[in-house]
Amino acid sequence: MTTTGLPPSAPAAGMSTQPAPPPAPASGWGWLRWGWRQLTSMRTALVLLFLLAVAAIPGSVFPQTAQDPGAVAQYIASHGAAGRLLERLGVFDTFGAPWFAAIYLLLFTSLLGCVLPRARLHFRAARARPPRAPARLDRLPSHVRLATTATPEQALAAAAAVLRARRFRVDTAASSVAAEKGYARETGNLVFHVALIGLLVAVAVGAGLGTKGQVLVVQGAGFSDQVTQFDSFTPGRFANVNGLAPFAFTLTRFSATYSPSGEPLTFAAALALRERPGMPVRPVSVTVNHPLDIDGTKVFLVGHGYAPVVSVRDGRGHLVFSAAVPFLPQDGMFTSSGVIKVPDARPTQLGFQGVFTPTASISATLGPRSTYPGLSDPALFVSVYTGNLGLDTGEPQSVYILDTSRMKGPLAITALRPGQTWTLPHHAGTLTFTGVTQWASFQVNHDPGTGVAFVSATLAVLGLMGSLFVRRRRIWVRATAQPDGPTLLEVAGLARSEATSVDEEVAAVADRLAAGLPPPPPVASDEEEHA
Amino acid sequence: MSSPAAAQLSNYLVNSSLLVLTGGMVTFAAALASSRSLPVEAEEGDAAADADADLAAQPQAGVEVPAVTGGGDRVPSVGAVARGTQTAVAPTAVAPRGGASGGGTGTPPAGAEPAAADVGGAPASREDRLNGVGLALTWLSFLLVAGGVLARGVAAGRAPWGNMYEFSITACVVILAVYLGLQRRRPSLVHLGLYVTLPVLTVLGLAVSLFYVPAGPLMPALHSVWLVVHVSCAIISGAVFTVGATATVLFLLQDYWERTGKAPRASRRLPTADALDELSYKLYAFVFPLWTFAIIAGAIWAESAWGRYWGWDPKETWSFITWVVFAAYLHARATAGWRGRRAAYIALAGLSCFVFDFVGVNIWLTGLHSYGGLPQR
Repeated sequence: MTTTGLPPSAPAAGMSTQPAPPPAPASGWGWLRWGWRQLTSMRTALVLLFLLAVAAIPGSVFPQTAQDPGAVAQYIASHGAAGRLLERLGVFDTFGAPWFAAIYLLLFTSLLGCVLPRARLHFRAARARPPRAPARLDRLPSHVRLATTATPEQALAAAAAVLRARRFRVDTAASSVAAEKGYARETGNLVFHVALIGLLVAVAVGAGLGTKGQVLVVQGAGFSDQVTQFDSFTPGRFANVNGLAPFAFTLTRFSATYSPSGEPLTFAAALALRERPGMPVRPVSVTVNHPLDIDGTKVFLVGHGYAPVVSVRDGRGHLVFSAAVPFLPQDGMFTSSGVIKVPDARPTQLGFQGVFTPTASISATLGPRSTYPGLSDPALFVSVYTGNLGLDTGEPQSVYILDTSRMKGPLAITALRPGQTWTLPHHAGTLTFTGVTQWASFQVNHDPGTGVAFVSATLAVLGLMGSLFVRRRRIWVRATAQPDGPTLLEVAGLARSEATSVDEEVAAVADRLAAGLPPPPPVASDEEEHA
Repeated sequence: MSSPAAAQLSNYLVNSSLLVLTGGMVTFAAALASSRSLPVEAEEGDAAADADADLAAQPQAGVEVPAVTGGGDRVPSVGAVARGTQTAVAPTAVAPRGGASGGGTGTPPAGAEPAAADVGGAPASREDRLNGVGLALTWLSFLLVAGGVLARGVAAGRAPWGNMYEFSITACVVILAVYLGLQRRRPSLVHLGLYVTLPVLTVLGLAVSLFYVPAGPLMPALHSVWLVVHVSCAIISGAVFTVGATATVLFLLQDYWERTGKAPRASRRLPTADALDELSYKLYAFVFPLWTFAIIAGAIWAESAWGRYWGWDPKETWSFITWVVFAAYLHARATAGWRGRRAAYIALAGLSCFVFDFVGVNIWLTGLHSYGGLPQR
């Protein structure tokens, strides 16, 4: 803060600073205007910023449907009425909740209501002349006097030249020069706020027109970019789901390396990609941090795991199942769990619940655990159920969960090494653990808002730097002819942004002038004053 | 250097830095205690000298209508932050001359000299000597922990910013660097030594006791040039937020003392409330764009690693909350009725959000940023 009583500054990063006017209006129009002024006041913006910060907190504390629908379902189930109330309040979808949207839309309206008038003012100010020198320059916080034998006109011309050389906008009047610099501060401020609106638009475009899908692909299997091929698919409300990029790929090979302690070192998925029907197949690699970009559709490697290859013969000896079954990792060492459903087995359907460990060890308390994520000593621990799998009830089932409500079991449990066959009890058949392959999961995204978001974010940072680092300041030089002495020059400055000083700049301008103008003859009183 | 040896060296350096800094803090505290025993006259003499120095740094109306010849002498040299102190009771500096001359040209890095150089050539007081020692220890501690970070990088064969331990020790380096840098420009800030070493010691202590993990390779998601960009910006931001918040806390105290007139003697060594407020504002205003950039760099990285640039992961959410709160702070500074104390409370809320973002999210919330290196609960 400055020590003077002068108005210190333009606002640092924001909006209109004037306090809200008193509510006087009687007419509807008047109330509307009053409401608009309230909304666009800095005070309201502050309150909305706080609300925004507070409203975001539940989104980090409670599980979110967008990220982990399973955790949300579990939370609701285990918290009863409170869970259901939270669900109705939209807490599990905080960032899509109406109350969250209300806050940021009000905030952006408030922002717009400030930025537009300020942009108009700034546009005018940028074309107007710098304001005339105040009557008493010696009242300004930075003030230096000089004397010279040059005429006032010469002195002012020199001052204008000095200020122009320092890239000030200069206006010369009869007895004074006015100069202003640092317009980029307000420009940056406006750019920053407009860029925030751009960011909001980009997010809206992405949410409305974008698509997101996830798919798990076992090594050797293929995928083509169609809605039906995804394990989960989330289109934006206005997305054209029939217009997905027509590419297809096969997962040729997935490879992972680990440190001796089991920390993952590298992941890579080798794909055989066909970008468009009719185009040749070419090999590509997708790694973490290096997604595939096919005409704006991006394919990310997001996960991986093991898929035991299993074949099942039923009680009649028929081969009724033979496939690689993806198991989902449960910990960092890839202790993985999965189920095998054999609906074609006779006399009864068969279901298996399994734990796969790439490096087996059995813990007394935790059961089978893997001790290393690489395939050092793979084992499949599996238990068998017989009865009705419930696949024909019409209710959708997860391929990773065995519905045992209509089944008997577990009838038996065993551990298998690759190549081993297990004969099931009650002549139900056999299960052979043939070997292990890997799977990789991919996120396939199309977000048409990303480019706008990137440009907006870049502009926001640049604007912010302008609005916080550029100093807006004015310098005035007045030349007064003294009746029987040298011309008196006053140089004074005023910082128009917070926590800045123009002392140095005023001094530098004064020095420059002093160096360029003829000095007056020495006067005794000067010495006195100096001492 | 082989990597186990470098890792060992890094641990030694960080631990010795902790020890040295503890010594520094104790010395600063002793200096503060000894300032109580100063006779009142001496302090007021200092105050007068300081006020003179401050006045000299201000162009005074009518004082200078000098010959146009030299001019260099009366150039108001510095004091952007120290301005506005001439009306205040408390002196801002023991060594304002050093400050006015633009900050320790030729001052040895050990920094003992500027603190001891006092007004009018009088013999250095016990307090000044203690402060000098404290400052020297702080410099030493800074060099040690900086060496520790460097050795850690060598040991791990990568930028040493992969987990909470590495983040914390690097943040300590930056906090100390910011403080020591500011102090070289304005020697009177030596009196903030105690208040800066305290949070650094806390962070460093937590780092070696709770956050420590052996040097090792990174998970594949962290194999990216953005690790360097995003994380280093986040570390610097965190460090400057911390220094800013230290100034804010002192501002609130000093403001309270100035308003109530209950100032303890020790408070006279601190800059005025206005100067502290301005210092903290400058730090926040400097670092806010950097924090914004850190978040954006994180978003760009997230876009290439996880397939979306923003997904409201807990770490992202709390970075956003921190950003919004500091944005509120900057707006509050420009709003009538919010300047000063209220804005200061907002800034402290902002730092709390940052600390939660850094520590709390890693401990209590699960998300994609789960590589703090803490044992799983």
